[in-house]
Amino acid sequence: MKFLRSGRSRALFFQFVALAAVLGALAYIVHNTMVNLETRKIASGFAFLGREAGFEIGESPFLAYSAADNYARALLVGLLNTIRVAVIGIVLATILGTLVGLARLSTNWLLARIADAYVEVIRNIPLLVQLFFWYVVITDNLPGPREAMNPLPGVFLSNRGIALPGVEPHPAHLWMLFAFIAGLVIAGLVARWARARQARTGQPFASFWTGTGIALGLPLAVFLAAGTPAKLDVPQLSGFNFAGGVVLTPEYATLLMGLVAYTAAFIGEIVRAGILAVHRGQVEAANALGLSRPQALRLVVMPQALRVIIPPLTSQYLNLTKNSSLAVAIGYPDLVSIANTSINQNGQAIEGIAIIMAVYLTVSLSISAFMNWYNKRIALVER
Amino acid sequence: MKPIFPLIVGCTLFGAGTAYSQGTLDAVQKKGFVQCGVSTGLAGFSQPDSQGVWKGLDVDMCRAVAAAVFGDASKVRFTPTTAVQRFPALQSGEVDVLTRNTTWTVVRDTTLGFNFAGVNFYDGQGFMVPKKLNVKSAKQLNGATVCVQPGTTTELNLSDYFRANRMTFKPVVIEKLEEVTAAYFAGRCDVFTTDVSGLVSVRGSRAPNPADHVILPEVISKEPLGPAVRHGDDRWFDIVKWSLNAMIEAEEMGLSQKTIDQQLSSKDPAVQRFVGATGDLGKGLGLDNKWAYNIVKQVGNYGESFERNLKPLGFDRGINELWTKGGIMYAPPIR
Repeated sequence: MKFLRSGRSRALFFQFVALAAVLGALAYIVHNTMVNLETRKIASGFAFLGREAGFEIGESPFLAYSAADNYARALLVGLLNTIRVAVIGIVLATILGTLVGLARLSTNWLLARIADAYVEVIRNIPLLVQLFFWYVVITDNLPGPREAMNPLPGVFLSNRGIALPGVEPHPAHLWMLFAFIAGLVIAGLVARWARARQARTGQPFASFWTGTGIALGLPLAVFLAAGTPAKLDVPQLSGFNFAGGVVLTPEYATLLMGLVAYTAAFIGEIVRAGILAVHRGQVEAANALGLSRPQALRLVVMPQALRVIIPPLTSQYLNLTKNSSLAVAIGYPDLVSIANTSINQNGQAIEGIAIIMAVYLTVSLSISAFMNWYNKRIALVER
Repeated sequence: MKPIFPLIVGCTLFGAGTAYSQGTLDAVQKKGFVQCGVSTGLAGFSQPDSQGVWKGLDVDMCRAVAAAVFGDASKVRFTPTTAVQRFPALQSGEVDVLTRNTTWTVVRDTTLGFNFAGVNFYDGQGFMVPKKLNVKSAKQLNGATVCVQPGTTTELNLSDYFRANRMTFKPVVIEKLEEVTAAYFAGRCDVFTTDVSGLVSVRGSRAPNPADHVILPEVISKEPLGPAVRHGDDRWFDIVKWSLNAMIEAEEMGLSQKTIDQQLSSKDPAVQRFVGATGDLGKGLGLDNKWAYNIVKQVGNYGESFERNLKPLGFDRGINELWTKGGIMYAPPIR
């Protein structure tokens, strides 16, 4: 009993007991599950991943897929579809949210009220309801493919989605991508040099515009050098649907629109809070130093506001990613939708759900790791 | 939310299997009702009416089991399930029997851990298209967009059919029947596919104008629909199986809801056995000797159930007619 009286060993003892209890409970659950699956003659294990899936998937823009492929590939298509909507959704929601946040702070009465109304309406209606709403708006109001609206040459709007002209792939396009990346690197170096020079001599340098020019100019040069290889692949009505070009399906459009609109309302509030968190004196001091309004915003307000914005913004990014699983309700083939189908075809619910959980956990932790890294970078450096 | 559903089911599998090992019949008798998994609303098979009372061929199947077990067809509760939810619901013990227009296949009978107690409707998969598309055959559907529910044999047959005929299609996969049919009627898809019975039911009960939609002549699969129970509980399996057989047998013997009381004193030994006046057929099932009488008295025979639920929607008996009248409905003898 003596060792229980020592604070340290007592702490260790209780930690050990707690750990043992958790592991014990886990082992009990796993054991029961195995026994129950065995008694009910339900197949278990991940062998099904290698078997032929046998069902088609509505859209798979990055990976060729057919019903003859296996479950693993089907799930991969689902994952890519989830990432496709999450990444583009995060970018668009950030842009729209920032604009909404700035608009709410605007001195223009009308603009500020519109932004108010937007935020209050959108964030107070459940996302699922909004998705159903947008889906009905798109499928019920747009005409069928044979009577598709044709607002611009080559662009068709129907209840099968938006068909846009695409560019036929050409080897030069890959080189343009490389040129773009090289341009970004050079732009980064220019910006670094410009900062150092300004610190040394006080001379400003338009590094943003120079950088933009280099990053866009290099691919353009490659494009011209290759003899402008851009053949348009215009969508055409053939049989039931449009063939060729790029088609944004109503399901994808609905999900993207719903997620972006919903998340942007929250991001708008976060941005507004971040900007309001910067003390008025800071802006006044910047004005007193003779900085222009955009300069004050970029150099004084934003760096301080970002410290407040980034942590809650990370949560919004994670929310958007997880909310993308509402896709099942409107038929967008995301990971959850395809995993659900697989579960039903082979009856292995536990394995399927485990895959879904592992994937969302991985994706969410990656986003969070990246945002934490960024947060650390912009955090207040205390001297 | 729907995506969470299988998780709940997964959790129920974590618990110790005490209730399970005790046997479904005992558990059902203890709680006092039969819990049946049904569809979320398929007219003629399982759908609540305007008073909220579940009606349909599958619902009658469920009530027949309750009549056999309790002598009271009203001791039932229904769990509406989507195509995706139905199997976990049965596996986990949330429902005692699945009477939900479910196709009997070898995978479901084995790897999913079920037993099918028979067939209460012989069906096949078909296609419905808007009349204005002017499509006459499923062979003309190359490139079409097809609305389909996930997790069904329908989804697999559809892929198989298009692959076999070297055609392509774009699926639009939505789980709930209400929403997938709404998408079809809104024109999101060119084609809606499910079992022909489902097409007839949906066209009759959900189409803005039923005459605008045609069901194509091709029937691309066999879909024997029947009640399913969990593997490994033979007693309960027997009860569900013979409840169904009793309904079919009653029609063949000419025993109906209206006439069975007069038949109680019949001299026909087969009828005597059926109504439980002689023999001890109920004992073998662990039930009251009047189990079959109760089914017919309270629910009716198979033909009556069909008349009541499916005739008004425009269904023909077709192959679901008794074997004595040119169909394939055939029950093993009740003796």
